[in-house]
Amino acid sequence: MDLVVSQLLNGLVYGLLLFLLASGLSLIFGLMGVVNLAHGSFFMLGAFIGLSVVRYTGSFWWALVLAPIPVALIAAAIEVVFLRHLYKRDRTDQVLLTFGLSFVFTDLVEWGWGKDTFSLSEPESLENSLQFLGGYFPQYRLAIVVFGLAVALFLWLLIEKTRVGAMVRAGIDDTRTAMGIGLNVPLILTTTFASGAALAGLAGVVAGPILGVYSGVDVEVLIPAFIVIVIGGMGSLKGAFVGSLLIGIADTFGKAYMPEASMFLIYAAMIIVLLARPNGLFGQAGSQ
Amino acid sequence: MSVPRVDPLPTRIPGRKPLVGEFAFFVIALAWPFLVGSYGTGLITETLIFAIAAMSLDLLMGYGGLVSFGHAAFFGVGAYALALSGVKLGLNPWAGILIAVVTSAVAALVIGYFCVRVSGVAFFMLTLAFGQLLYSGAVKWRGITGGSDGVGGFARPQLAGVSLDDPMYMYFACLLAFALSLWLLRRIIGSQFGHALVGLRENETRMRALGYSTDRLKLCAFVISGMFAGFSGALYAIYNSFISPDALSFAQSGMFLLMVVLGGVGSLVGPAIGAAVFLLMKQFVSSHTEHWLLIVGLVFICCVMFFRSGIYGFLKQWRERGARA
Repeated sequence: MDLVVSQLLNGLVYGLLLFLLASGLSLIFGLMGVVNLAHGSFFMLGAFIGLSVVRYTGSFWWALVLAPIPVALIAAAIEVVFLRHLYKRDRTDQVLLTFGLSFVFTDLVEWGWGKDTFSLSEPESLENSLQFLGGYFPQYRLAIVVFGLAVALFLWLLIEKTRVGAMVRAGIDDTRTAMGIGLNVPLILTTTFASGAALAGLAGVVAGPILGVYSGVDVEVLIPAFIVIVIGGMGSLKGAFVGSLLIGIADTFGKAYMPEASMFLIYAAMIIVLLARPNGLFGQAGSQ
Repeated sequence: MSVPRVDPLPTRIPGRKPLVGEFAFFVIALAWPFLVGSYGTGLITETLIFAIAAMSLDLLMGYGGLVSFGHAAFFGVGAYALALSGVKLGLNPWAGILIAVVTSAVAALVIGYFCVRVSGVAFFMLTLAFGQLLYSGAVKWRGITGGSDGVGGFARPQLAGVSLDDPMYMYFACLLAFALSLWLLRRIIGSQFGHALVGLRENETRMRALGYSTDRLKLCAFVISGMFAGFSGALYAIYNSFISPDALSFAQSGMFLLMVVLGGVGSLVGPAIGAAVFLLMKQFVSSHTEHWLLIVGLVFICCVMFFRSGIYGFLKQWRERGARA
């Protein structure tokens, strides 16, 4: 019984980490139609910058606060310098561009930090385990669950209840009309892209103590995040949330009970959803 | 729906006399191993092999407008089919090549059956997912594929005392395979089927209205493309004497895409040039610096941003400008 509960917790943790990644990916796709293959790179970059911040300051919390900032700036620069010129072109061009960027980031990270696997240690205040429901649960993992749910709630409130969110939704629904009524759509695009990247960078730091920090972690997390948004529906925050938890929990249980077949299960799920509901579980028909 | 572009077909009409450039290419190609050492021969052998895979992707991408992010899947299936038919079944490598082509065709038929039902981003995601599925299959299914250790130790084909163990013969075999593939792909693109495929790329709705079964057309293109990729994979396995899951990886699919984009999408010869430039560049860069990936990434970005018609398109423009002046 306690094994099931602890697997459930691990699944939640993995799912919420995926959510931090998938939410940005999904909003970026919804708004700009960009399938961002460099999104995993933002995650990786955040993790490595976090690692350096921890080395200098000795504090995980500083890493958590500081690492997303340069990631967001880099992403904003990418949007302004490259992506912006490709919106009018074929979708393929954007995918290829971000694919090229992901190579560049992998190389730069290996150049700057080396090819080793580093571990980011969790903050000292969260090192212990809590005992309840007949099992021991690491505090850090519990904290991720709380943090992930808080971010999800925050994003939901931001997108659904604020003026800024309304602008983003307007951009997703109909870019032209949004421009027509005087919204500064280019600014919205840059900001969304940078914020999504910052979230990915944040996820990189948070996931550091669990997944490790290494070049190659980008693809490792990007593919599941893609599967999440395909299943959840591209452009939908709710879809990203449900899809993340679904994939996180399914993958964790799969690895625990059917280690041989676990990877196939996830891909099979994606293929089935794509064929049965090409727009995903919560995607709007006709959106992009 | 975008306004259909009315472009002239990017293919040459079959029956026209071949270009001087092609004639020159084959003369140089025949003399090549005598001009350069064994190292240069190996490099060009590899180029010819990858050129076949790049051209097969171009059939799908450049002519059918179907951008596949999982093309390495068929390359890898062909390579593994050849390797495993030798190691596990003890078959003759000639039979292995045939098995590789048939297996990759079957794989393309099954995967294509699902993929052609969706279009645009979903097509790209689905091909990516299938590619990853096969990749993880090759990694996890250790009993058969040897996992990440790969498969080695299979014989190279022999014929009448001539063995492909000799790099020179391997080179000529690949040159023949390349010429054959180029000729066949040209015939396919010049055929009625090829023209229908271009029509599909330009305006699918109209093709459907004209009575074409568009899904079947796409599936056909997918299978043909997969077969050539599998053929290329089999040659690669023979050339390398070893095959690992890397041949099926996402990165490998990306390299094929880069070859096509670099050379020029929808020109067939372009992606072959792209493969050559890519491998030469890789050779040159890796011997000077460790930052091969950085260079690949930057080239990718430059191609997409500024150089969309690729090397072939650039050469064509240059020649046309020359002709006008």
